[in-house]
Amino acid sequence: MKPAAFDYVRAESVAHAAEVLAGAGGDGKVIAGGQSLMPMVNFRLVKPSVLVDINAIAGLDRVELDGSRLRIGALVRHFTTARDSVIARHAPIVTEAMKHVAHLTVRNRGTFCGSVCHADPAAEMPMMTVLLDGQIHAVSARGPRIVPISEFFAGSLVTSLEPDEVVTAIDLATTPRDTGYGFHEFARRHGDYALAAVAVLMRLEDGKARDIRIAVMGVGEMPSRVPTAEEVIEGNELSEPMIMRAVESLRAAISPNSDLNASADYRRHLAGALAGRAIRDAWSRAREAVLP
Amino acid sequence: MTIVKREISITVNGLLHAVSVEARMLLSDMLRHELGLTGTHVGCEHGVCGACTILLNGRSARSCLTLAVQADGAEIETVEGQGTAEALGRVQQAFRDHHGLQCGFCTPGFVMTITDILRNHELSGDDEIREALSGNICRCTGYEHIVDAVRALIREKDTRP
Repeated sequence: MKPAAFDYVRAESVAHAAEVLAGAGGDGKVIAGGQSLMPMVNFRLVKPSVLVDINAIAGLDRVELDGSRLRIGALVRHFTTARDSVIARHAPIVTEAMKHVAHLTVRNRGTFCGSVCHADPAAEMPMMTVLLDGQIHAVSARGPRIVPISEFFAGSLVTSLEPDEVVTAIDLATTPRDTGYGFHEFARRHGDYALAAVAVLMRLEDGKARDIRIAVMGVGEMPSRVPTAEEVIEGNELSEPMIMRAVESLRAAISPNSDLNASADYRRHLAGALAGRAIRDAWSRAREAVLP
Repeated sequence: MTIVKREISITVNGLLHAVSVEARMLLSDMLRHELGLTGTHVGCEHGVCGACTILLNGRSARSCLTLAVQADGAEIETVEGQGTAEALGRVQQAFRDHHGLQCGFCTPGFVMTITDILRNHELSGDDEIREALSGNICRCTGYEHIVDAVRALIREKDTRP
């Protein structure tokens, strides 16, 4: 047997899952798609006392539009997120980012919420949640709680989720129809974790960039916005020199790791190149959106 | 912790099995060790190589990342359900026709992924075929012939009445 012994409960409802986690003494783990958790369980990097399987809970597999927020249930698989027409209409950058997520068989099982809870710094879903001001809906025996993404990630693979909480959904801000978007990622092999990726959103008002958002991943302990690069562009007319200033400011703001896949210098250079492309894509889409 | 075994019932290639398993037993190990279905291969055992791919309720899944208890009540398809040595399944036949295998270790995983592709995905062009196959690793690196086999299967599917 590869995993250490654990108990297993197929939860019948969110309340049931919360009740089991409450009784697990802090060592319970929720399993949905299992695509990140199971490798760690197989390696015994994680030794839960009980696995609470939420796959049979009804109603968690939906994507819903609630006013200006998109709500992605805890059992929405990558396969669904990538193809969902509501997401494609109201947050097309998510659809764009999903093209880079994992491989067919993993997409069949893995979930958006599970990936955010796993908090890999080089995964697309956590980055999209940062970019779109996500909120994490968690339930425990103590009651429900909504955690803004700014208070969720605590480091690489670490979140502020309590061990007795089960995430039921994540909501994301929708983007107005005239928002241009750009997403560029580089991975050694398509579908693998990114060496770096950059996402950009912007609108144009009277030719000036507004509501610009720039997020990076794979170049730090967690995905993050890059306010200094955003400030270079916000409220200004775009030009190539200005894009290059934003790129340099992004390179200065990040502190990537060196590992066997890439050196810190390479990652910093790469993130800048990807940022340039993503800004140009967002700019060009924003211009198309305001064409008469 | 006292290790408790659980009774699960699972349909594999159309046959219902009752099996007694520990919660921590992986579906891949259950298929191989409890049911003797050794066609499902285990390579990396952490979801990277794709050799253990099976169909879980009609969609491809890594059996090394699935617990046997999670498959209680599920329908599983493995490579053994594809055909026999005398009468190969169509994916197996396409592999034979196009020299899609060398050592054969990765083949069951590829065959099951391709079965999912043919049933549930519309692919056009080699780029999409390669992308769809990218979660399965062949260390003989015989990818070109595997792509040839899939291309032929898609063409055959498209021209079928």
